[in-house]
Amino acid sequence: MTDLTNKSVTTALSGSSVLRVGKVPTGFWYALPILALLVLGFLAPMLLVVLYSFMPRGTFTPWGSPTLENYIDIVEQNFYISFGWSLWLAFLSTAILLIVAYPLAVAIKRAAPNRALILTVLIVAPLFVAENIRLQGWVLFLDKAGVLDGGLNAMFGVGTGSLVTNVPVIVFGIVYIYLPFMLFPMILGLSNVPPDVREAASDMGATRWRMFRDIELPLAAPGILIGSLLCFVISLGAFSEAKFLGKGVIVTIAQDIESAFTFGQNWPRGSALSVLVILLAGSAVYIAMRRMDLEKMLGRRE
Amino acid sequence: MAGSTILELKSVNKYFGDFAAVERVSLSIAEGEFFTIVGPSGSGKTTLIRMLVGMDKPTHGDILLRGERINDTPAHMRPTCMVFQSLALFPHMTVGENVEYPLKCRGTDKAERRRRAEECLGLAHLSTDYYERPVAKCSGGERQRVALARALCFDPEILFFDEPLSAIDYKLRKMLEKEIKDIQRETGKTFVYITHSLEEAMIMSDRIGVMRDGRLVQVGSPREIYKAPESRFVSEFMGEVNILPVTPADGKLMCEPLGLAFDPPPGEAIRAGSLIVRPEDMRFVNGEQPTNTVIQGEIFNEYLLGSRVQYQVRAKGVTLLVERLRDADTPDRNIELSFAPEDSMLFSE
Repeated sequence: MTDLTNKSVTTALSGSSVLRVGKVPTGFWYALPILALLVLGFLAPMLLVVLYSFMPRGTFTPWGSPTLENYIDIVEQNFYISFGWSLWLAFLSTAILLIVAYPLAVAIKRAAPNRALILTVLIVAPLFVAENIRLQGWVLFLDKAGVLDGGLNAMFGVGTGSLVTNVPVIVFGIVYIYLPFMLFPMILGLSNVPPDVREAASDMGATRWRMFRDIELPLAAPGILIGSLLCFVISLGAFSEAKFLGKGVIVTIAQDIESAFTFGQNWPRGSALSVLVILLAGSAVYIAMRRMDLEKMLGRRE
Repeated sequence: MAGSTILELKSVNKYFGDFAAVERVSLSIAEGEFFTIVGPSGSGKTTLIRMLVGMDKPTHGDILLRGERINDTPAHMRPTCMVFQSLALFPHMTVGENVEYPLKCRGTDKAERRRRAEECLGLAHLSTDYYERPVAKCSGGERQRVALARALCFDPEILFFDEPLSAIDYKLRKMLEKEIKDIQRETGKTFVYITHSLEEAMIMSDRIGVMRDGRLVQVGSPREIYKAPESRFVSEFMGEVNILPVTPADGKLMCEPLGLAFDPPPGEAIRAGSLIVRPEDMRFVNGEQPTNTVIQGEIFNEYLLGSRVQYQVRAKGVTLLVERLRDADTPDRNIELSFAPEDSMLFSE
C-alpha cells in the first residue's frame, strides 16, 4: 500500500497522468467493490457448484476424486423431460411477453410524462409483494371454489371449475411475474428511436408497418434483445409458477435441482443439473449477443 | 421563375389550447419559387411548416396543393418532403440506404434505387463512395448533404427545409446556403425554407415571408423587405439599426434624447413613433451640404466587419451606429453625422 501511494505521488508530481495510479486505470478502483461482490457472491459459489458436479453421488465435500457419473446419470434418466418443459416454457413465455409488452412499452413511451410515471408505478407496484404470495393469490382466485369459480357459482350457479393445475396457467404465471423484466428494457430500447426520425420516415412515405419494420424495430432492438434474454434466462429457472399454479402437473428443471439438493440429498446431481442449466442460459446469451452486435445496432460503430 | 401557384394557404390557424401558434396566415407560393419564412424563435414558423408537411393539422383554414385541399392528408401520403432541423437521418443505415429510403417506400427496384441515390448524392456534392458508408461515420457537413440528397431522392413537388443549417459553423453554412440555392436553380423545384436568420433568407430566397407572433407580417422580395420594411419589427429584424424616438414638433420630428428635430421621410405624415436609420445610411458630414439636421457626436469605438467598419458614436448619451467601407479615411474623434430624409423610415410603434 505504501508502495502504491508513493507511486501515485510521483506520477502526480511528474504531471504525466493525473487520472492514473501507477499502471492501473482509475476505472479499476471504482469497479473494485462490485468486483469483490461478484467474485465472492457469484464466481466462488459457481466454481463450487462446478466442482461438486464432478463429485461421486451423495458426497458432501468438493474435494473427492472427480467423476462424470452425475452427468451420465442425468443422460440415462429421464431428466430431458424437465429440461424440455423448462425450455419450452421459457420460449413460449418470452414470445408472449414480447407481444404483450411491446404495445405497452410504446404506449408508455408516448404517454405524457406524468401519465407515464403513473403507469410505471402501477407496473412496478406488484414487485413490492413477494412472487410466491402473488402466485398464491392467483391460486386462491383461480382454483376450484376459489374467488372466481365460487363467485360465479354463487351468482349464476355455473362456475369455471379449477383453472389451475395445467400448463397454460403456468405460462400465464411466468408472463405475469416477468412482465417488468421485458417491459423496462423495451422502453429503454424505444428511447433509442428519436421522434423526428420516425417523422422523417413517415415524411419519406413510410407506412406505419414499414416504419415499424425499418426504423422502430432495428433501433429499439438492443432493448428488446436484452429484455428477451433476461426473460428467457430467468424463466428457464422458473420454479414457483409450476409448483404453485401447476401444482406438479409438470416438473421444471429448477424443481429437479431443488429436490436433488433437498429430498434427494444428492448435491453432486443437483450441481450437475445446475451446471447444465447455466450452460444452456449462457449459450442462449452468447448466441444472441454474437448474432446481434449491440454497438452496431446503436449506430455507434460500423 | 414564377409559374402557377403550387401551394396556397387560406387563413391557416393553429391553436394549442387558447394559444394561437399560427394565426390567419394566407399565402400563395409559385411553382419553382424559393420561398423563405423567417422569424425569431417562437414566431410559429416551425408550427407552420409542420402543417405544410403534414405532421400537424391546422385548427382552421385550408392548405391547398395545386388547388387540392390537403389539410387531412398525412405526411406519408403527400408528394412533399422536408429536411429536418435535426436532419433525422436513420442512424442504423448507410448513406445509400438513407438516400434511397423514399424509393424503397415506393417499391422501386434495387438497381434503379441505387442509380437514383448516386445521382442525388452527386447533386448534393457527395461522391458515390459515400453510398456504402454508415451514417454514423459521416461528419456534420456530410450529414447535411446526406439529408439533402435523401430529400432530393424523394423528388418532391415541394421541398421543405426546417432550419437545417442552424447548427453548423459559419464557413460551412455560407457554402451550403449557396449550394442549396444552386440546387434549387438546377432542379427548378419549389423550395420552402424556414430560418431565423434573415441574412440566410436574403442570400437564398426569391421571396421572403416575415413571421411574428404567429402572423405573417410582411411578404416580399429580399429587396422589398430590405428597402421598404412595413414595420419597425421587420426593419429591426434585418439587422442593427438606429432607432430614434420622435414626437411631432413644428412640421418636424423631434428627437428628445438628442434635442434635435429631423425632416420626415418623403411622403410620411408627421407623427409620433420611431425614426429608423440603417448604420450604412448614417453619413459623416465632410464637405457636401447635409440634407437633414446634423448630429454632433464622438466616436468611442469601432469594429471591423470584413470589408466595412462600424463606428459607435455617442451623441448626448445616445449611441448611434455608422457603417462605412473600410478603405475610407479614418475620421476624427469628434464628428458630425447626418442622414438623408429618404434614407430614414418612420413607424408609429
